[in-house]
Amino acid sequence: MAADAGVIETGPPIRRARLRLSGFFWRRPWLRAVGLLALPLAVFLVVYVGSLGVLFISSLWTSNSFTSTIEHTWTFANYRTIFSRAGPYLHIAGFTLEMAAVVTLTCAVLAFPLAFFMARLAGKRTRALFFVMVLLPLWSSYLVRLYAWQTILAHNGAINWALNGLGLPDQNLAYTNIAMWIVYTYVWLPFMVLPIYAALERIPDSYLEASADLGARGWRTFRSVILPLALPGVVAGSIFTFALTLGDYITPALIGGTNSDMIGTIVYQNFSTNLPFAAAFAVIPMAIMGAYLLIARRLGAFEAL
Amino acid sequence: MTGRGTRISLAVWSVLVIAFLWIPLAIIALYAFNGSTIQGWPITSWTTHWFSVAWHDPDVRGAFELSVKVGAITTVIALVLGTMAAAAVARYRFFGREAVSFLLVLPLALPGIITAMALVSFFNFAGIQASIWTIVIGHATFCVVVVYNNVVARLRRSSASLIEASQDLGADGWQTFRFVLWPVLSTALVAGGLLAFALSFDEVIVTTFTAGAQQTLPIFILDNIRQGQQLPVINVVAFAVIVITAIPVALAQRVMRDTGVIRRGSAQVTEAVEAAEIAAV
Repeated sequence: MAADAGVIETGPPIRRARLRLSGFFWRRPWLRAVGLLALPLAVFLVVYVGSLGVLFISSLWTSNSFTSTIEHTWTFANYRTIFSRAGPYLHIAGFTLEMAAVVTLTCAVLAFPLAFFMARLAGKRTRALFFVMVLLPLWSSYLVRLYAWQTILAHNGAINWALNGLGLPDQNLAYTNIAMWIVYTYVWLPFMVLPIYAALERIPDSYLEASADLGARGWRTFRSVILPLALPGVVAGSIFTFALTLGDYITPALIGGTNSDMIGTIVYQNFSTNLPFAAAFAVIPMAIMGAYLLIARRLGAFEAL
Repeated sequence: MTGRGTRISLAVWSVLVIAFLWIPLAIIALYAFNGSTIQGWPITSWTTHWFSVAWHDPDVRGAFELSVKVGAITTVIALVLGTMAAAAVARYRFFGREAVSFLLVLPLALPGIITAMALVSFFNFAGIQASIWTIVIGHATFCVVVVYNNVVARLRRSSASLIEASQDLGADGWQTFRFVLWPVLSTALVAGGLLAFALSFDEVIVTTFTAGAQQTLPIFILDNIRQGQQLPVINVVAFAVIVITAIPVALAQRVMRDTGVIRRGSAQVTEAVEAAEIAAV
């Protein structure tokens, strides 16, 4: 305390006490770090990591099929049911993965030119306008956007109206997997545009000039300079499109048909009646995303988030 | 570098993609004024009647109030926990720092159904009944990271020596916070809080698992869409939800953009100083 004395001899006692307290913490950075981190970390460890732990444990229990009460006996029965070739679950998991992959690819194809235009070609005002026009749908209610598509795809909806206007016959798109593909692409597209935009915007002009100086034409510069530097952005976007598709059950329910069950559908159908089975099936997308995140990290996607 | 043809086709493509993003939103906005109870296109008659029906509907009101309450509590929790974690991660080096930031991002990077199922298992295991707090806990897990991201980015761009200077000049902890830290952080906190609220207000997947019999506004919408009930009212509520979430997001964007200019300026100064120091060495 003697070291402080020179500074805080003056002033009322409360202020002196406060200064002394500030000094106390100032000289002990580790104490400040611990003080800042303790609460959020404790809450996250208990609530989130704790919940994930209970999820794993629950997946190894069973549920009494008559009373729906959980029986605390250890078994891999739930996983055996999921991975049995006779059951529908492997197929459903496969379908979910396929949908996630196709949607991710479609989003990337739609998003890249837009992101490129925004980051490298558009003027300042256009860029700002487009940015907001991508950002607002990203944050606007995903449920409402699904609902919008439900009405658009309906038999007497806007799509068939537009097709008829062009002299084409009605299409029964409602409640099909194609409808799900369109709608997923629609709802996750902004999540793909923004990371690619961020990655493209960060490429210094001098790189492109250097490439041109070394004799590369537009296409060569794009393939050898722009694309590799934008790839982390694409991977970052794909984390979102992939994770969001894997974790959804509402699109299959509102937009999909009878053969559109996804991992989320099964988890949702079972969580109140057969919690251990639902838990086991929720572990599948977790394993998939775990692997995906590890690969994404390798590709440098986290710097682009 | 890019030819004229390429430029034009990229511009056309961009406009088409933007139109693809906005046409469905425009259509749902128009349906809110649909005079017919049949959900068909094109709309032939117009009315604002359903706005007053929705406004006086007790279920809509109850759901709206619950959503606002949950959003507000979640935002406060996200602000407190997110800022604390951000300050620790941005300003201190410690063992497991990367792991902490990874842990916070996890609820956003993992599929929603996992967070939902994990929390349900946890509540079931601990014997916790569904209440407003179970909804709040679910929302807070992924709202914390929104605030965290904003604050971490801001702290990384501002200089830690500001605090040192403040202490050297005789300010105590509160004064340093009030006069030095708050001006630096305020817009990041406002933006983070607005985005956290918007995220919570919309959330539906985790909420359906943790809400029990309670109805937030998205759950009210979902229940009615599934049963095809009172669609004219749903049209109005859907329109309202879009507007209610667009406002905080647009505000957050504006707040961050305005300070972004200043920030970019100061970052350039920092870079120039660093470059000069390197040259001097």
